[in-house]
Parts: sequence; structure tokens; C-alpha cells
Amino acid sequence: MTYAGVPGLVETHETYGETTLVVDPARLVEACSYLRDEEGFNVLSDVTSTDYLGWGEQGVAGYIGTASGNDLNEPGSQGLARLPDPKPKRFSVSHHLLRVSERPARLRVQVWLDDGEPVASVVPVWPAADWLEREVWDMMGIRFDGHPNLVRILMDEDWEGHPLRKDYPLGGEPVRFSDED
Amino acid sequence: MAVVARKQIYEGSRIPHPVPTILEVDPEKHDLEDILRVNFGPNHPSTHGVLRLVVDLDGESVAGIRAVIGYLHTGFEKNMEAKSWWKSVTYPARVDYVSFQANELVYVLAVEKLLGIEVPRRATWARMALTELTRIHSHLIWLGTSALELGAISLLWYTFDDRDVILDLFEMVGGARMHTRYFQVGGLAEDLPPGFTAEARKFCDAMPKSVDEYEAILDRNAIWLERTRGIGLLSTDDALALAQSGPVLRASGVNWDLRKAMPYLAYDEVEFDVPVYSNGDVYDRYKVHMDEMRESVRIVRQCLDRLDEMEGEAWVADDRKVVLPPRHELHTSMESLIHHFKIVTEGYTVPEGEVYVVIESPRGEAGCYLVSDGGPRPWRVHFRAPSLAALQATATVVQNCLVADLVAVAGSLDPVMGDADR
Repeated sequence: MTYAGVPGLVETHETYGETTLVVDPARLVEACSYLRDEEGFNVLSDVTSTDYLGWGEQGVAGYIGTASGNDLNEPGSQGLARLPDPKPKRFSVSHHLLRVSERPARLRVQVWLDDGEPVASVVPVWPAADWLEREVWDMMGIRFDGHPNLVRILMDEDWEGHPLRKDYPLGGEPVRFSDED
Repeated sequence: MAVVARKQIYEGSRIPHPVPTILEVDPEKHDLEDILRVNFGPNHPSTHGVLRLVVDLDGESVAGIRAVIGYLHTGFEKNMEAKSWWKSVTYPARVDYVSFQANELVYVLAVEKLLGIEVPRRATWARMALTELTRIHSHLIWLGTSALELGAISLLWYTFDDRDVILDLFEMVGGARMHTRYFQVGGLAEDLPPGFTAEARKFCDAMPKSVDEYEAILDRNAIWLERTRGIGLLSTDDALALAQSGPVLRASGVNWDLRKAMPYLAYDEVEFDVPVYSNGDVYDRYKVHMDEMRESVRIVRQCLDRLDEMEGEAWVADDRKVVLPPRHELHTSMESLIHHFKIVTEGYTVPEGEVYVVIESPRGEAGCYLVSDGGPRPWRVHFRAPSLAALQATATVVQNCLVADLVAVAGSLDPVMGDADR
């Protein structure tokens, strides 16, 4: 199975039996429309993103619980077996497509973005992207251009920051009745 | 098996435009002053969990709706990044707390895919048996609460009675009634206890009769039929466009079950049917749930037979870098002690990569997206929540429905808020 005809295709990975198409962010909607209409990927199963800040160094997730909790950056005796492959940009946004038909198939369409770089929304292609993209915006702070209603979904409307970013500390909220207030 | 010929549900698409998840009040009606905005939830006895529905009412009919979620957001995905791979196994079960075993399974399968570890067949079949029991457990809760929301209180007691037997079985294998943490990377946490298959068989003998009784209570109840038939319509096209899965999709006429379409575990070795109905209303969703319970019992029976054949076989992979060594070896073997210490303190490392593993949970397509940097902790964990997808369809299914049916319709999508909010 080749996806050579996908518009804006940058590269194709085949790892763990899963196909990943890395696509030029500027042509994402075009690529998705092509995959839906020509390849029959009629369901958008999931949209998710990953923050690769500090990738290849020790973790940068912060500390557990309060500021005096365990430091996650403390090196383990084992460490990383080898440094992982560098990533092109800080964020990846992965669209997991599914073909509901006699020939079932899955596909990951991935775009790479820098901090603050927006990407086109795929709501016009699959309406199911609505909440999934809102979640990515809420958790990672990635803007989706053309999204009809890009507001926070899981956190409060007035929440500051995007919790799943690697520079957002775990336990960043003060713990009530702890001695550290 | 009922596979009904597809009928036209309604003309065209009902997905409200331009925001598919919000139903806007007709602008002509909006200027009149008889549109009443009501807040259902998040804490309301008739809502399905902490779901908030902002409803615009025109008399008794729903003219506009917006579902608001996030009240049960617990930050599981963030927390798991700070825990080692093996400690995070406790989290997924708490995400979708009604189908705990299924979520545990999808996470464990994803880690195993990254590790490339071989799981013994006894563990695979035990996982299937327990996951199918979870499916019955989840459907029983759905049935009991959905009937309760429509005023049929008695059913809740009956379903929770049967559910209790399933929880007894879980207590037998894992020591805990829910959130057992019984599946672990490489297999199971313990071998199945002696007598488990016999107890589970007793349940399998009783359960189909119970399902018949539930159907006898509901299918001859005029109120139940009136309030479920032809209500909460979702067409095939809309269901696919909104990424519905599981019973909701199958009630809209799509013959799609991941256990058949993309088999995992050993689902290609068991016999079962996929119930499909085509009206796409609340009643058909109810029928899919009932048929699925019967099919799950069939699968559990086949699993128990295989488990009896495999009595005494290994139930966890023999990989000392990943699986805790047997307890008794700790007193005699230095290597085992070191392995135990390393796994418990620092955890095992998982090769670099990203995977997306999907199973058919009771609610539909439950996915787990994992990214590993090769270290002892997940770099990124994400759960594809079938409940989130189901709730996206709220605005589409409640069109033209009465406020009295609102809860029945939203509840028929079978959302679990822990799953939707994570």
C-alpha cells in the first residue's frame, strides 16, 4: 500500500506495523480530503499531539506533587539506552484515520509544528475533529485555523497555560493546607 | 442475528452547521421571548455523570443544546508521564471506571507492542474472558441506569444483582472488586485462582436467562417502547462523520466491530456474532446492548473451555527485565532480587517509538497512543475515549426531541464522564 499520491507528503514511516504519513502543515486539509475521498478513510478516530521539548535529554516534566517532591530530572542509574532520534520541530499533531469498510485500515497523518505555529482545522473534512482539536488546543496550545469554536474543553475557560506541555509542571497548582502556601 | 435491511432514517444530514456539536436555536425563534435556557447538570440526579447540558427550550421541545464537559478532568495523561511504565498500569482502569478491565487491556497491549514481548496464550485467553465479563458488567450498568432514567426503577436492582456476581469474580482473580490491576505487561499479575472457571461457568449459565428476563420486563412495557422507539435518531452517515463506535454505530446500521474487523488477542479463534440494527434510535441501541451481553457470554464460555485446557501453563512472559520475578525466588536468587529491585525502583525501559493500539471496549473504539523516548517513563500517553466521541453526537441526536426524553437520548449514547474527561 503506497500513499505516494497524497498532496503535501513529506515522508512515510512504517514502524511497529503502523503507517505514518508526515505531511506539510500547509497542505493538511488537502491531504486529508484526498485520503477521505480517494483512499476511503471515512472516520477520524483521534487527533492528538505530543510535545517534544527536551526530547533526548532527561525528562522535563518537573517534580511530583509539591516543589519539595521528587525531582523527575534526577538521573537514573540506567538512563536512556541511547539518545532517541531528534525530532524536526517541537510539536507533532497526529490524526489517526480509520477506514470502516470491507478493507479495514488505519493510518496516522502527522504534521510538525513550532510553538505558536497554527495548523489548519480538519473539521470541514471530518466533523468529529471538533472536540478532538479543542482538546489539543486546551492541552497543548496548538491553534487550529478555521475551527468553528476553538475554546477550552476540559479545563476552565479562564485557565492559564496548557497542561500537557512539557514545561508545565506537574503539581503546579498550590496544594491547599500544605505547609508551603 | 438481526441484521435489518437499511432504511432511510431521515433526509440529509442533521449535523448542525457550522459547529457540529452545538445545536443553535433557530434565529427566527430566538427573537421571540419564549425560549428558555435551562442548565442540566453538571450535578443533577438525572444526568449521566457530571455532564452539563445547556438546553434552550421552546415549550417542551429542545430547540438548542450545547454539551459542556471537563468536570471530571483528572489529568491522568499528565500524571502517567511522571510514573514509570509499570506503575502507570493503575491509571487506565480509573479513566473509564465502568469498563476498567478494557482500559487496562488497551494500555498493556500498547506497551507490549512497543516492547515486542510475547504473551503466553493462557494470559491472552484469561484477558479475553475478563474483558468480556467487563463488557457485560458495563452493559448491565448502562441498562439499569438508562431504565432508571425513564422511571423503571426495578430494573436497576436486578441488573446490579447480576453485576455483583461479576464483581465477585473479579475479586476472586484480583483481590479487588473494581480496578483490579490484574493485567500487567507480559501477562497477568497472578495465575487464575483454582475454581475460577467453575464459578464463571455458573454465571454464564445464569446470565442468558437474566437477559431474557430484562427483555421481558422492557419489551412488553408500553411506556418503555413509547419512549425509546423512533427517538434520538442517528443516521449511518452522521454516525461515521462523528466517529461513533461500538453499540451506537451498530445501532445505526454499520456492521463494524473491531473484534471482527481487526482482531486482537484471540478473537479470531472464537465464535460470536455482531448484532446490527438499522433504525438508529434509542430502542435499537438498547437491543444492541442486550444482544451483545448474550454474545459476550458465548465468548466467555469458549474462553473458559480453553483456559481449562491450559491449566498449569505459564500466565506471564518469562522476561526478567520486564516482569517481576516469582516471589519465592527472592529468598534464594541474587539475580531475582536485583531484577525485582530494579523494576520496582526505576522501572523497565521501553524502546523508542510511537504506537496507537485500539480495542473494542464496551463503549466502542478505545485507543491508546503511546510515545516512548526509550526511558523508564512514558513520554506521552493519550487515550482515545469512545465516550468523548459519543458525546459529540449529542446535538445531532436530540434534535426535535422533548425535554423529558433528553436524558434518555443522551444516556443511550452510553457516555462515562471519566472516560470523556480523563
